[in-house]
Amino acid sequence: MSTVPEPTRKMVRLYAPPTTLGGRLRDGRYLILRRATQLGVLLMFFGTLHWGWKIAGATLLRGNLSASEFLGVVPMADPFAVLQQLVSIHALHTTVLMGAALLLVFYAVAGRVFCSWVCPMNMVTDLAGWLRNKLKLNNLFRLPRDTRFWVMGSALVLSALMGVAAFEWVSPISMLHREMIYGVGAGLSAALGIFIFDLLILKQGWCGHLCPLGAFYGLLGKTALLRVRFDDRSCTRCGECVRVCPEPQVLNLKKAAESGMVTAGACTNCARCIPICPEDSLDFAWRWNAPPSHGAPQPRTQP
Amino acid sequence: MQARRREFLIKAAQGAAVAACGGLIWAQLLRREAVASVLALRPPGALAEPDFAATCIKCGQCVQACPYHTLHMARSEDDAPIGTPYFVPRDIPCYMCSDIPCQVACPTGALAPELKDIAKARMGLAVIDAESCLSWQGLRCEVCYRVCPVKGKAITIENRPREISKHALFVPHVHSQACTGCGMCEDACPTEKAAIRVLNPKLVQGKIGSHYRLGWQSDTPITQEFKPPESTPSAGSAAAEPPAPKTAPGMDVLNQGIDP
Repeated sequence: MSTVPEPTRKMVRLYAPPTTLGGRLRDGRYLILRRATQLGVLLMFFGTLHWGWKIAGATLLRGNLSASEFLGVVPMADPFAVLQQLVSIHALHTTVLMGAALLLVFYAVAGRVFCSWVCPMNMVTDLAGWLRNKLKLNNLFRLPRDTRFWVMGSALVLSALMGVAAFEWVSPISMLHREMIYGVGAGLSAALGIFIFDLLILKQGWCGHLCPLGAFYGLLGKTALLRVRFDDRSCTRCGECVRVCPEPQVLNLKKAAESGMVTAGACTNCARCIPICPEDSLDFAWRWNAPPSHGAPQPRTQP
Repeated sequence: MQARRREFLIKAAQGAAVAACGGLIWAQLLRREAVASVLALRPPGALAEPDFAATCIKCGQCVQACPYHTLHMARSEDDAPIGTPYFVPRDIPCYMCSDIPCQVACPTGALAPELKDIAKARMGLAVIDAESCLSWQGLRCEVCYRVCPVKGKAITIENRPREISKHALFVPHVHSQACTGCGMCEDACPTEKAAIRVLNPKLVQGKIGSHYRLGWQSDTPITQEFKPPESTPSAGSAAAEPPAPKTAPGMDVLNQGIDP
C-alpha cells in the first residue's frame, strides 16, 4: 500500500475571506439563500395565516411544516410524522398520505435539504455553533453521531407502543414552527433548550447527534440525486471544508475522490463547503454528472 | 475472544439500558400529554379522543379554515395536547357552517370526512345549571332555546305551572340525541357565568344499563316477550306445548300503551 505514491499536489492555500462586499456576498450566497428559504417558508405560512395571502384567489400556503396545503391544491406533509402516525396504528386520510409521498420523493431527489434549507431549528443551532466557535468551547461529553438512529428507532417503537406519534408529540422542531406561525407557546423554550445544549454541552448536539427527523432524512438522502461533487485533481487537502462542515464525517475525501462526490446521506447539502474551498473543488451536481472516474488522478493507477 | 465477546455483550446491554431509560422517560412524557384532553371541545367530526389526538398532525389547517376564528391551537398550558385544535364556546362558539370548512381542511381525517351533515356533529353536550339558570328561577329568558340552531330538538322549553299568583316556569331541557355541542347557547346565556355550558358528554352523561326495563313503555322488550308468538306450525312436539298466553299476567290498561 505504501508503495502507491500520493499524487503530486499543488501547494496548500487556505481560504482567504474576501475583503470586498461583492466577494463576501458571492461567498455567502448559499448562506443567504438558505436563510431566505428558511424564513421565506415560514413567512409564507405566517402571511397566509395572519394576512390572508393569496395568489390568483388561491390560499398561498396553509398549515405548518407538519402538514400544509399549497395554493389550495398541493398537499404536503412531514413524512416522518406520518410514518409515526401509521406505526401507531391509525388509518389516515389520503390527503396526508399524498402529501407525505410528495415530500418523500422531493427529499429523495434533493437529499437531506430539509435540515439546512427549511428547518427553523437550523437557524438556532447554526447560531449556537457560530457562538461556540467564537468562544472556543469544548464538548462536555462525546456522543456517537449514530445516536440519532437509536432515537429514530425509539420514536417508531414508542409510537407503536403508546398509540401516538411519539416524536411528533415532543418535537422541539414542531414546537418552534408552531410558535413562529401560530404563536402558541413552548417554541421559545424548545429553541432555548437546544441552543444551550448545542452551545455549552455538545457541538452540533441536536442536528448532528440526536434529531430523529434529521436521521430519517439522512436515510432518505443516501440515494439523493443532488450531491456535492468533488474534484480530486484540484483539491489540496487544505481541510477548510471539513472545518466548516456541520457533519464533517461526510467529507471523507478519500471516499469522495473514489466516487467523485459526497455520498453520505447525512450531508445536508448546506453548501457551506462550496464557497469556502480555495480551489473550487466542490460544487453542486446531479449524481449522474459526477462519474466515479472523474476525480481519480492518473498516478493512482500506476505503481 | 471470550473477553471480547464479554465486552461486546456488556456494551450492548449498556446501550439497551440507555435506550430503555430514555424510552421510559419519553413514554411518561407522552402519557402525561395524552390524558389531559377531556375538557377540550374539538371541532365537528373529531374522532373519539385517544384516536383524535393520535391522528391529528397539529398543522392548524382547521384553525385557519374556520371563518369565525372559533378554533384555537392548544398552548402548552391548555387542557389539551399542545398544537391540537379546540374551542371555547363562551368566547366564540361553533356557528355550524353547512359546508364544514374545518373538516374539509383536515388532511389526516382526524376530523372524520364521514360527517356530511353538521347537525350530526357531536362536539359536546350542553348542560344546564338549574341553580343559576334564569328560566329555572321563574324569570322569562329562554335565550338558549332561541339561539339554538337545532331549535326545538336540542333544547325544548317545558311549561311548569305553579301555584296561584306565580306565573309558570318555562324551563329549558337539553336533549343529547340532537345537541351538537356548538355552544351558541353558552355564548348567548345572559348570566354572569354561563348557566348552560357545553361539556364533553363523557363528563356528564350517565347510562341506564340494559338490565332495566321501563315496563310502561309499550315497546320495551319485556312487554314484547309476552306477545303471542308468530304462528310457526311444526309437526309433532309443537302441538304438545300449551299455547302462549295472549297477555302477560298482570297486564292491564295501565301498561298497554294508553298512557303515553
